[in-house]
Amino acid sequence: MRRYSVFAVAREGLRYHTGWERAWRSPQPKKKYDVIIVGAGGHGLATAYYLGKNYGITNVAIIEKGWLGGGNTGRNTTIIRSNYLQDPSAAIYDKALKLYENLSQDLNYNVMFSPRGLIMLAQTHHEVRGYQRTVMANQLQGVATEWVTPEQLKKLVPIINIHGPRYPVMGGLYQKRGGTARHDAVAWGYARACSDMGMDVIQQCEVKGVRTEGGKVVGVSTTKGDIDCDKLGMVVAGHTSVLAEMAGFRLPIESVALQALVSEPIKPCMDVVVMANTVHGYMSQSDKGEMVIGGGTDSFNNYTQRGSFHHIEETVRALVETFPMVSRLKMLRQWGGIVDMTGDRSPILSKTPVEGIFVNCGWGTGGFKAIPGSGWAMAELMAKGHSPLTQEFDMFRFREGKFIDESVAAGVAH
Amino acid sequence: MSTRLANSGRLIDRSKPVEFKFNGKRFKGYEGDTLASALFANDQMMVGRSFKYHRPRGVVASGAEEPNALFNMGEGGRFEPNQRATTQEVFDGLTIRSQNHWPSLEFDIGAVNQLFARWLPAGFYYKMFIHPRPFWKHVYEPFIRQSAGLGQVPQEKDADTYEHFYYFCDVLVVGGGIAGLAAALKEGQAGKKVLLLEQTADFGGRAVVDGVEIDGKSAEAWVQETLAALNAMPNVTVRNRNMASGVYDHGYVLGYERLTDHLSDKSGPRHRLWRIRAGHIITATGAIERPLSFAGNDIPGVLLAAAVRDYVVNWGVSVGDRTVVVTNNDDAYRTAIVLKNAGLAVPAIIDARASGAGPIAAEAEKLGIRVLKGKAIAKVKGKTRVTGVKVCLQAGEGSVIEEIACDCVAMSGGWSPVVHLWSHCGGKLNWDEDLAMFRPDPSRAPTGADGKAFVSTVGSASGYLSTADVLKDAGLEVATNEVAAAPLEPVWLMPQGAGPKLRMKAWLDYQNDVKVSDVQLAAREGYESVEHTKRYTTLGMATDQGKLSNINGLAILSKSLDASIPNVGTTTFRPPYTPISLGAITGAARDELFQPIHKTPMFDWHDANGADWEPVGHWRRTYAYVRNGESVHDAVNREILNVRENVGTLDASTLGKIIVKGPDAGKFLDMLYTNMMSNLGVGKCRYGLMCNENGFLSDDGVVVRLAEDTWLCHTTTGGADRIHGWMEDWLQCEWWDWKVYTANVTEQFAQIAVAGPKARLLLEKLGGNMDLSKEGFPFMTYVEGKLGEFDARIFRISFSGELSYEVSVPASQGAALWAALQEAGKDLGVMPYGTEAMHILRAEKGFIMIGDETDGTIIPQDLNLQWAISKKKEDYLGKRAQERSFMASPDRWKLVGLETLDGSVIPDGSYVPAPGYNPNGQRNVQGRVTSTYYSPTLKRGIAMGLVKHGPDRMGEVIEFNREDGTMVKAKIVDPVFYDKDGEKQNV
Amino acid sequence: MLLLQCPYCGVNAEETELAAGGEAHLKRATVGDSDEAFEGYLFMRENKKGVHLERWRHAYGCGKWFLAARDTATLEVFGTYPAQTTEPPADVTENIRAKYPDWSWKETA
Repeated sequence: MRRYSVFAVAREGLRYHTGWERAWRSPQPKKKYDVIIVGAGGHGLATAYYLGKNYGITNVAIIEKGWLGGGNTGRNTTIIRSNYLQDPSAAIYDKALKLYENLSQDLNYNVMFSPRGLIMLAQTHHEVRGYQRTVMANQLQGVATEWVTPEQLKKLVPIINIHGPRYPVMGGLYQKRGGTARHDAVAWGYARACSDMGMDVIQQCEVKGVRTEGGKVVGVSTTKGDIDCDKLGMVVAGHTSVLAEMAGFRLPIESVALQALVSEPIKPCMDVVVMANTVHGYMSQSDKGEMVIGGGTDSFNNYTQRGSFHHIEETVRALVETFPMVSRLKMLRQWGGIVDMTGDRSPILSKTPVEGIFVNCGWGTGGFKAIPGSGWAMAELMAKGHSPLTQEFDMFRFREGKFIDESVAAGVAH
Repeated sequence: MSTRLANSGRLIDRSKPVEFKFNGKRFKGYEGDTLASALFANDQMMVGRSFKYHRPRGVVASGAEEPNALFNMGEGGRFEPNQRATTQEVFDGLTIRSQNHWPSLEFDIGAVNQLFARWLPAGFYYKMFIHPRPFWKHVYEPFIRQSAGLGQVPQEKDADTYEHFYYFCDVLVVGGGIAGLAAALKEGQAGKKVLLLEQTADFGGRAVVDGVEIDGKSAEAWVQETLAALNAMPNVTVRNRNMASGVYDHGYVLGYERLTDHLSDKSGPRHRLWRIRAGHIITATGAIERPLSFAGNDIPGVLLAAAVRDYVVNWGVSVGDRTVVVTNNDDAYRTAIVLKNAGLAVPAIIDARASGAGPIAAEAEKLGIRVLKGKAIAKVKGKTRVTGVKVCLQAGEGSVIEEIACDCVAMSGGWSPVVHLWSHCGGKLNWDEDLAMFRPDPSRAPTGADGKAFVSTVGSASGYLSTADVLKDAGLEVATNEVAAAPLEPVWLMPQGAGPKLRMKAWLDYQNDVKVSDVQLAAREGYESVEHTKRYTTLGMATDQGKLSNINGLAILSKSLDASIPNVGTTTFRPPYTPISLGAITGAARDELFQPIHKTPMFDWHDANGADWEPVGHWRRTYAYVRNGESVHDAVNREILNVRENVGTLDASTLGKIIVKGPDAGKFLDMLYTNMMSNLGVGKCRYGLMCNENGFLSDDGVVVRLAEDTWLCHTTTGGADRIHGWMEDWLQCEWWDWKVYTANVTEQFAQIAVAGPKARLLLEKLGGNMDLSKEGFPFMTYVEGKLGEFDARIFRISFSGELSYEVSVPASQGAALWAALQEAGKDLGVMPYGTEAMHILRAEKGFIMIGDETDGTIIPQDLNLQWAISKKKEDYLGKRAQERSFMASPDRWKLVGLETLDGSVIPDGSYVPAPGYNPNGQRNVQGRVTSTYYSPTLKRGIAMGLVKHGPDRMGEVIEFNREDGTMVKAKIVDPVFYDKDGEKQNV
Repeated sequence: MLLLQCPYCGVNAEETELAAGGEAHLKRATVGDSDEAFEGYLFMRENKKGVHLERWRHAYGCGKWFLAARDTATLEVFGTYPAQTTEPPADVTENIRAKYPDWSWKETA
């Protein structure tokens, strides 16, 4: 693989960029692979990448129904943070964050990781206590976060209104290392690196069936024919239940639509990511200048990736309340993505009832930030059969009642 | 140069001149002008700078598809970035400033990027700026951000108001061109309730500009007659300046009506968002002309051919004196003819088709216009405006045959139906090879709740381009004077063999600076999906969302991949059609109306008496009543001590109150609560716990048996609706044969806690007919009767540990009772107390608080509340869950009291580290604090917390972390800090 | 923005008037049932891409819970019916079969 660098761009500029290689090959599937990963989104590609990089397993195919990175990887609001309350969450998200910090160099592809900082607003006393608890937990987890006062917050985010008549800002949970990255580039960078290791990224190839023998996986049937494998990773956020049904088991998840929007681009005005959970809205400014805004999920099962309006309305109301100036901006585009939600809203990285099949799903609305950590942990689980990072995210935890619940701010008060 | 013509201009009113400011200069226009037409009238050809290379940009279109002419508009609270000049009407006093340049439009430092354009192809940033690592955050990214971004940031709060409007109709027709008018007429005549929306100020679309005759009368006359007929129908509503911005599931459509954007007078709402439910939607949204891809097609003065025609006919402005028309179809000949007839020069029509046009060519030639067949533009000359074109063979590689001096180029690459609304909910498209366009496929329409199609298209939106065909599609057979057109010939690159130098100058996306060479590079590098190419090159991602560029880009991509256009596919169309203001989306729900505030009957008294407000759910509760010279903390301490020493009153009206009644009510409550409620005696109170099916505590409160078949269940503040819904869920969906009735009466009653050693004295001072004595009214019972003049239910329950009564009266009597208590209690030292004092009072007593001691993962056993779990019951909601292995584990953290050794307060949220680290390198933990306060009663820090094996470790000292990294030592103690034997509440 | 007809009050209710309640016709597992059965009741969901029988409450209307048969891939609504039943009524099943002739519900398969 020819390396990307300023010198390579300079050289190519002189010959009208005719010498660039394909970023990834577009091969036909082979008869058999050691490992098949279904789903060429960020999580699937990262799983394949770390299988190769960390365990030398490169006879790998990543098969994708549509185009690589075309699912939730390309539909999210690109927020990256690891300020989670519960230990297992903090562990995997912080692993991801650490990998993000060096990902551009590791992949030789600029994923534009931008650690501009992230603040979660506390707008009730209850939320104040919840986030202070998170700061304390993070300290023992080795995740640097801090509590900031409304005054400090106003300095970090000058466009914020801390005196909102309905929900004044009472402070915030600040993670300086948090930020954003260019979502497409993450998928493309991993795909290029996987392809370079000799793995096959096979797009436009839909899985129609999962073939098992004696309770063990032997391969998949696809629109490009049968492909055999020893191990199978299901990494198809939003459609996991459909794939699991092909393999004959059920999962504790439901698919719902998540809504997001961007405004027209304006000059830089907010150099930090802000999440306002009481009023349900979060916002950051992209490098292009668009305000990238995310909101709530539908509460009903949905497989259509269409935008719905009332969530957008609620989110925009919340943001106009928090950032009054956005009222004069215009919505450029809204869209929906299908996410799968588990019983405790935490992900599943797990073995399954079928030997050789592993599942990575249930990231809900927060999957993008986890991509490198999720891939790293999933690769370990698939290569070694166990991983400390995935241990608590087993799919059977619900049977024991062992939840990983991040919703401390969702309680009630007298 | 561009100028105002002496005649013509069907939309402007020359008797009404207006003045506006552009970059500080005074310009003149007329009412009816758009900003774009008025700028042309003032010879302002350059209007902005492109996003990436800061290239000079001029107006290219005349409608919503305009990618270039975007302005910072207005001042102060009415400032708005990225306002599109082609859809903004001018008014007197309007101010605009051009965008994305520094220091000025004419001399822009950013234009230096053009020198490096060769090294800044699509996606260059993915390949550069990788090393050294910190440089991305600190050097490269800030630079890229600063040079991107278009419009300025609004600095002030929005000075305008917005509103929402609901509308229901049988048929919604979108588009007020002839197709839409005809469709609306047909539906209206059929008796349907019809709404017709037109995004611009006027009706008729292209037909009136092109001067077509319909059944012997002018299109203008036909449009006016049809409009009059529609307006006369009571079942038809017609609205202009109202754009259908998005089609959503089950026939939901948003209409974006701009009420004052075109007026000097800004009173009244600025935008009105129509929330429409339509039985059926007909999109008559017309078609958009495509640019041609030739070198220099982005220089100011290169416009769409139909736009050049619009400016002459609609607004009486000429873009240039000498216009070269370049086309691959017959329609652009109309522009040449209109210009010639207006007395302007048209040196040539450059037709890429070797066979040229149909009969319209003869018409042009008769006017003396030179028609060059099989020719193309090799290159446009000029920097900040067009000075000429170099002509070459379309079939060749760009060798220049001749140069033609001109100051305007009118281009037409064919037309694309506007299929956005059709596609928003999944309508599919077919590629029409002959017309080189995507057309809606009626057999794959978006389907609604009934599974049937709910959107259809009509006219140009269906892909019909002649007036007769358009009206026929709308169900109207008419005769027109249009001549037959020769077929269009797809031209995706001009000349077809253009080399890399020309391709690098052939723009696809004007705003985002995406060129033919960029799309080809993306294809070469394997970004084969149209979505990849779009994202890699940013094609179609600008504020026009690719209305001009998407099809051209797609065609270049498909050629590069040797694939057919339909096989490469289109990107997804997403709402809105054109950007709509966030203000309109917000509507009236801002500031005080952002979310409704729930107020108790005593709200005004609290507000007048120093209430420091706290939002709790939708309620506002008083955190503390702050007196002059006091801090909030002082006030809380004062209130607590006064409850302990005298008497205090708490507004507890927000507590949920649900009546549960019926023969099976007791059985039902036994399932709902962990305790037994069916055996509660009439007139008695019992504290109850509710769990969800996962076994986790979800709510608590006192249950009162009002009568043999009637219970009153108190819930937490904010829990009332949730718990009532929960009850109804079980009653309607699981135990629907049980005879139980529930009513949420939370807001029907005001409730006041009267707590403190002098509580009984205070109530007795009000008088009435109830026996309030210790013997006559024992703890955990209730009485009903007259308290003074008030109709009261009094519950003898205590959440503070003091002698305490909760008095419940009809909501209408709440304020008066509150006032009466303050008045009567003056000499007893009565003071109101707020929620924080309540929290601390209960913590001193070791009472748990839902939301503090619980967080959605806590079972009653964790809080040592086994006493509140009935052993006699076979089942209750949550029981099975609590039997699961992790729930039954002896290692679960349990509730204890905590006393700091130095008397300080443990920080909120603090954890207790345990020795060692887990496999993920995180410090092991063995507990955490759940409630922590300074107790003014005990004059020290007290806390409750959950600690592993906690109840077995009484007296042990453990350490809690602080944010600064130091630790605070605390002793594990009984959680009841105050009056352990409960003597005070029982006096 | 879905429209569902409340079978009790007859109102064509907007999605914003309704609260979704997940998969319908679940059998409550409780004391005496196995861990697996209890897990199935609380967590394991069909999550069908296609016909989904589900619970809704007309929360900002008559307050009643009702059930709906809806296609999660197209959002077509085959019918709504009262919650007080253990299986979809015949007319709703018929509507579903008109679109999916081979459709059968897990409990009647």
